[in-house]
Amino acid sequence: MNRTVDVLVVGAGPAGLAAATRLAAAGAGRVEVLERERAAGGVPRHCARPGFGADALGGPLDGPAYARRAVRAALRAGATVRTGVSATGWAGPLTLDLTAPSGLERVRARAVVLATGARERPRSARLVPGSRPAGVLTSGELQRLTAPSRRWREPVGKRAVVVGGEPVARNAVRTLRAAGVEVVAVVAEGRVRRAAFGPVPVLVGTAVAELHGRGRLTGVTVQAGDGRTATLRCDTVVFTGDWIPDHELARAYGLPLVPGTRGPATDGAFRTAEPGVFAVGNLLHGGEPAPVAAAEGRAAADAVLALLDGRPWPTRGVPVETAGPLRWVTPGLLGPVSVPLLVRPERRLVRPLLTVGQDGVVLRRERLDGTLAPWRSVRLPPRWSSGVDLAGGPVVVGAEE
Amino acid sequence: MSVSRTGPLPVGSGAEYDVVVVGAGVVGSAIARTLARHPLRVALVDAANDVGDGTSKANTAILHTGFDATPGTLEARLVREGHRLLSAYARETGIPVEPVGALLVAWDEQQRAALPRLAEKAARNGHHATRMLTAAELRSREPHLGPGALAALEVPGEAVICPWTTTLAYATQAVRSGVDLHLDCRVEKVRPGDPYHRLVTRRGVLRARHLVNACGLHADAFDALVGREDFTVTPRRGQLLVFDKFARDLVRHILLPVPGPLGKGVLVAPTVYGNVMLGPTAEDLTDKTATGTTAEGLAGLREQGGRILPALLDEEVTAVYAGLRAATGQEDYRIAAHPALRYVTVGGIRSTGLTASLAIAEHVRGLLADCGLDPGPERPPARVRMPNLGEAFPRPYRDARLIARDPEFGEIVCHCERVTRGEIRAALASTIPPGGLDGLRRRTRARGGRCQGNHCGAEVRALFEEYGEGAR
Repeated sequence: MNRTVDVLVVGAGPAGLAAATRLAAAGAGRVEVLERERAAGGVPRHCARPGFGADALGGPLDGPAYARRAVRAALRAGATVRTGVSATGWAGPLTLDLTAPSGLERVRARAVVLATGARERPRSARLVPGSRPAGVLTSGELQRLTAPSRRWREPVGKRAVVVGGEPVARNAVRTLRAAGVEVVAVVAEGRVRRAAFGPVPVLVGTAVAELHGRGRLTGVTVQAGDGRTATLRCDTVVFTGDWIPDHELARAYGLPLVPGTRGPATDGAFRTAEPGVFAVGNLLHGGEPAPVAAAEGRAAADAVLALLDGRPWPTRGVPVETAGPLRWVTPGLLGPVSVPLLVRPERRLVRPLLTVGQDGVVLRRERLDGTLAPWRSVRLPPRWSSGVDLAGGPVVVGAEE
Repeated sequence: MSVSRTGPLPVGSGAEYDVVVVGAGVVGSAIARTLARHPLRVALVDAANDVGDGTSKANTAILHTGFDATPGTLEARLVREGHRLLSAYARETGIPVEPVGALLVAWDEQQRAALPRLAEKAARNGHHATRMLTAAELRSREPHLGPGALAALEVPGEAVICPWTTTLAYATQAVRSGVDLHLDCRVEKVRPGDPYHRLVTRRGVLRARHLVNACGLHADAFDALVGREDFTVTPRRGQLLVFDKFARDLVRHILLPVPGPLGKGVLVAPTVYGNVMLGPTAEDLTDKTATGTTAEGLAGLREQGGRILPALLDEEVTAVYAGLRAATGQEDYRIAAHPALRYVTVGGIRSTGLTASLAIAEHVRGLLADCGLDPGPERPPARVRMPNLGEAFPRPYRDARLIARDPEFGEIVCHCERVTRGEIRAALASTIPPGGLDGLRRRTRARGGRCQGNHCGAEVRALFEEYGEGAR
């Protein structure tokens, strides 16, 4: 079946729904959001904890409530949200092949917004050696296994080790404890605030060196920075954080990626290298909270509308790179308009000196107050990206302590 | 015909088997399938809860031509025959095979000098189609190869294959043709006797006129139960890395190392699932359960892989695993008939066992006849058509007619590998249902992709509970 829509949004998580809501409300025509899972709403659907803003009365919103609101908003604005539909590849520019229980489809759009989100690197991608027993999870799988909507048939385990120190590790600890699982320890390579984990012992500066067990996990060997090892007895290990964008569709199209994030390179208005194709949300960087992803979806809508109005696709911007102890920066391309930069440090940085330079010339240099943490991005306002020479070499964002 | 994992084994008169094949790996299953073409009562038993759960599940998944076997050995003959038989069988049953061909890449002068000798050896093994490639020809065939490749020997006919479907196809056909498959059925004692041997298992006693030992790594231990000590099996570990599907475009052939004084080296090969495999290591161990990977092993593989195909290291790793192959200190199979015991040992089946499996089975049928087994007339086995797991062949999520008939084949559950609910349901209801989630992965690829279950793990577990062993 061949069809045409005005805007096709791939992914009904916070970013995709926010983009669709704004676009439909602004009269973009037929705005269709595709979701491969059986329900729309994205990752927040599985996060049964507050921390997703407030409802109309000021009460805290949990993930499922936040997801429901986002879906409702998109529907009210007039967008179509289709679940259980997978985009399996491109049939040409702005044309996607879909698989759904109702059959195969080929849909052409005037604009495509990729909002396919991110996932955590599992144990294999982290090259953790050892045997391959059951009981090895990512926090995403843990959340889905323990989701309130799921009937509780198979307990996760009895004793768990959580790997990682970011907020997502704290959530994993909370989820495990709520499910009656004893958390033996949190193992974190970087420095973390022990108090955040309550009574659970936190092994900082420590990495998982080996998994043990045949059939079921029986323990993990951990190694401290000084080389000493210990084996913790457990039947479950949860790897958290370490995000990688779900960039399959973007790469299948051949969109260039940003090395630091592995997400598609976009300019400040979320335009990719391919005219008509946009990318928003955690597909660009992974690991950002739902409101950040949603804000990107909303922000992208203006550029989508400009495209639908027939305004030309701008020429490519100047690439942005990082130097020093910074993991990544987005957007990956800078154009004539100054936009905020999102920067993620590689490690904890106390009052770092941040610089923006191009072709050996320092464009900006400022010492930030406070501490940057590797699990939190810092947003640099648009003035940081002003003064860039569009004919020059890559813009380099650096940091030193 | 039956498949059992629990409960007592059949007892009483009429419950005797003509042949019991111990070990349901690729070799044991092939033997059972071959015997199933005769009016014989045959049982296939295994200690694990699934077929192909040992060496067979974790290998390099290559259908060898046998070009580099030692000429004149039993292995050389059976690999050559096996390649022909399995190629035809794969077409008939739907086992994914991609005949991509192999290139033996020489990285230094010494290796280049060895290529003509390897071509000559191939010719002695009956492979006359090998061809020398210059550095420039090699570069145009494999543009992503690292710097320093000097030349290569092209070996047409080498192919990549799905090892999981192969074992499962044999066992499925055996069961549908009347073989009893007893899983979770470790043999603890053997009491040889006449006319029946008695096998004491965890689930009761099996009686058999003839025995076949296809125990792989444990072939020596089973021999000992029967009172023979002809050889010792030393596990040789091979660690392997499987890279993401986006790496698939980096390599077009199986890139084989040139064997040299510093060891056999590692290969880079496409997989039929659309990934790229790097490995294996070769480590002689003593522990037959040591299927773990090590930090040193993985680091070494990455280092070697980075020289062969530098861009490979930029791609994500999808899976990491290790397999153990059965080394016996002799560079040949150790297949022996013991007519007085009405017993055949199929030992020392090394990494070529997947390729040779059907030829080994034919060979064993002959040896059983030497041991006094009259197989009776031959009949066609039950037909099997296996679900396709290969990327080069049509998969259900792209099949409009199939989805129209059954919408569950349009419902993708495992997004990384694009496995549909219909395929998972079909696997759970198949002739040999999986014993667990790993068995389900080997039948469907579900949970085997880049996210390793992050997205679909919970859903797949729920389906397994609903339709699988958990529901029984």
